[in-house]
Amino acid sequence: MSMDHKNAQHKRRDVLLQVSNLKKYFPIRGGVLNRVVNNVKAVNGVSFNVLRGEVVGLVGESGSGKTTVGRTILRLEEPTSGTIDFDGTDIGKLAKPVMRRYRKRMQIVFQDPYASLNPREKIRTMLGHALAVHNIGTAADRDDRIVALLEQVGLSGDYLDRFPHEFSGGQRQRIGIARALAVEPEFIVADEPVSALDVSIQAQVVNLLDDLKSKFNLTMLFIAHDLAVVEHISDRVVVMYLGRIMEIAPTRTLYRAPNHPYTKALLSAVPSPDIHAKRDRVILTGDIPSPINPPSGCVFRTRCPIAIPDCAQIVPELKEVSPGQFSACIRTAP
Amino acid sequence: MTQTLASEPPLLEVDDLQTSFIVGEGQDVRAVDGVNFVVRAGETLAIVGESGSGKSVTSLSIMRLLPKNIGRISRGTIRLRGKDLVTLSDREMRAIRGNDIGMIFQEPMTSLNPVHTIGTQIAEVVMQHDKLKKKAAHQRAIEMLELVGIPEPVKRADQYPHQMSGGMRQRAMIAMALACEPSVLIADEPTTALDVTIQAQILDLMRNLQKKMGMAIVFITHDLGVVAEMADRVVVMYAGQVVETGTVEEIFTRPLMPYTSGLMQSIPRMGESEKKLRLQTIPGYVPLLTKLPGGCRFRTRCAFAEDRCAVAEPPLEELESGRSVRCIRWRELELKTKASA
Repeated sequence: MSMDHKNAQHKRRDVLLQVSNLKKYFPIRGGVLNRVVNNVKAVNGVSFNVLRGEVVGLVGESGSGKTTVGRTILRLEEPTSGTIDFDGTDIGKLAKPVMRRYRKRMQIVFQDPYASLNPREKIRTMLGHALAVHNIGTAADRDDRIVALLEQVGLSGDYLDRFPHEFSGGQRQRIGIARALAVEPEFIVADEPVSALDVSIQAQVVNLLDDLKSKFNLTMLFIAHDLAVVEHISDRVVVMYLGRIMEIAPTRTLYRAPNHPYTKALLSAVPSPDIHAKRDRVILTGDIPSPINPPSGCVFRTRCPIAIPDCAQIVPELKEVSPGQFSACIRTAP
Repeated sequence: MTQTLASEPPLLEVDDLQTSFIVGEGQDVRAVDGVNFVVRAGETLAIVGESGSGKSVTSLSIMRLLPKNIGRISRGTIRLRGKDLVTLSDREMRAIRGNDIGMIFQEPMTSLNPVHTIGTQIAEVVMQHDKLKKKAAHQRAIEMLELVGIPEPVKRADQYPHQMSGGMRQRAMIAMALACEPSVLIADEPTTALDVTIQAQILDLMRNLQKKMGMAIVFITHDLGVVAEMADRVVVMYAGQVVETGTVEEIFTRPLMPYTSGLMQSIPRMGESEKKLRLQTIPGYVPLLTKLPGGCRFRTRCAFAEDRCAVAEPPLEELESGRSVRCIRWRELELKTKASA
């Protein structure tokens, strides 16, 4: 596959994460015997890599599988098949105790800052726990570390003894970020970290992530549906649809010259805050099909404005259409 | 329906609206505090604000759908063609809802009944309001489903809400809200829960239906991209008050209130990746209604605040018809932005 060849080239540029042919199926059980009657093919053969120090944006609509990719990489979900190579080790097959060592190096920031913090734990306990689990620092210097962490995410050290409910949504997301940073990870999966926040607060958190990334040389998988936010923070972008990758490209290329018809439609659907912008909008008809019975051939073909009969027969592979830009479409990337 | 001239009396006129909520023993907060705006026939007015701004409470007040015993309209008038809705009995208000004012929400399941088919639900609305017989009402329901672009409307009319996707439910809810051809449609974050490709479909649908049916739309949203695309005029709210009003052109190209311009600058825009600009931010957080700063409510986050901003609450200054701003410094600030540009 051409993709593997390209990945081999990337490897020289220090690949931290290499996901290959990753699949995650969720079984649907039914009948009296509770047998597996079908599968939700949430992630259906996904390959991409993330270079050290790079921010890769992962975009897609609901049902695209983007969140499942993020969770499976961290082994919060068990992969059905495929490999997840993190710094040279296939962590997809590691036993739980061994995996714990890798957990310290990989952290997640969740979308909902209201649901992801334990309401009964003070900030001191919560962050202290994260440090203790991974044996970071001594009990004595733990408070100092926590205060430093809070200050790094723009919160006052005075907040040590407060509970999550005493904070606003934006502040809670900062606490979520502090918790992820506590163990000094190399890699962070940020799963819709600003979607639940107000506009004026979103910008604060995006800037914070941007700063932390440079300061700690973090590598990040930034999962979001907001294409403008993704453009702002990412070096490269992966576009998913119905469990598969449609396009991968350097950010600038993707936004200026998207190749895949889905990427084009997705970008043109975003309402522009520029009132003088008049764009040719591609309005897709219909809904995302069910991931239980995805369409044959190209999964996007049922909504694609340029689909031809062949699209139902051929599963398109990612092909390089310009340096670093890969598209899975037999029409635009033959 | 013909386009109404600006000189004609407004269709909907909200004047000095104050809505209070009981938060503790004998303690009231004013979620909406002295809000004024007008909506003219056939236009789209966007009410923009962040959480806690009072934009949704404003829409619930217009519909008289505030939670009983907790929230109430404590002052002001809401006039529909001159008739004050605030003083109407519940029964009179029920006749207004649906007939004259329709409403759609972010989450369609709040207005769709899970145990009835879509067709039955729309038919019921039509029967109540248009005195149609059951069969005719069902036919009308199918027409409405077709109008909002639901494929196979005859089949879909016999489905239950859970059998539909999010986008389809949103369409069904729009069909129900528009079944009686209301003159005002209140849309409270109708596309926020939807994916962008589905959002584009729904916004397109709303624009087309407005052209066809001529209703006014009050569009409540936090998404400035949606505002730019949909609105004729804009009301910006902050901490329960209107802080700026204007045409969409004025608000986006010449904002006068520092909060409005802060919002405009803090949104990431597509196509700016080459610049790799840092996002402008508004520091701090939206204040709690129980802990509002004295004077201007925005001053604690405002880059231009001075001591005098804390002295008294600035009035909403009306500059011309439909253009207003709540900031004692707007004249100087405008000069500054001009000079720096």
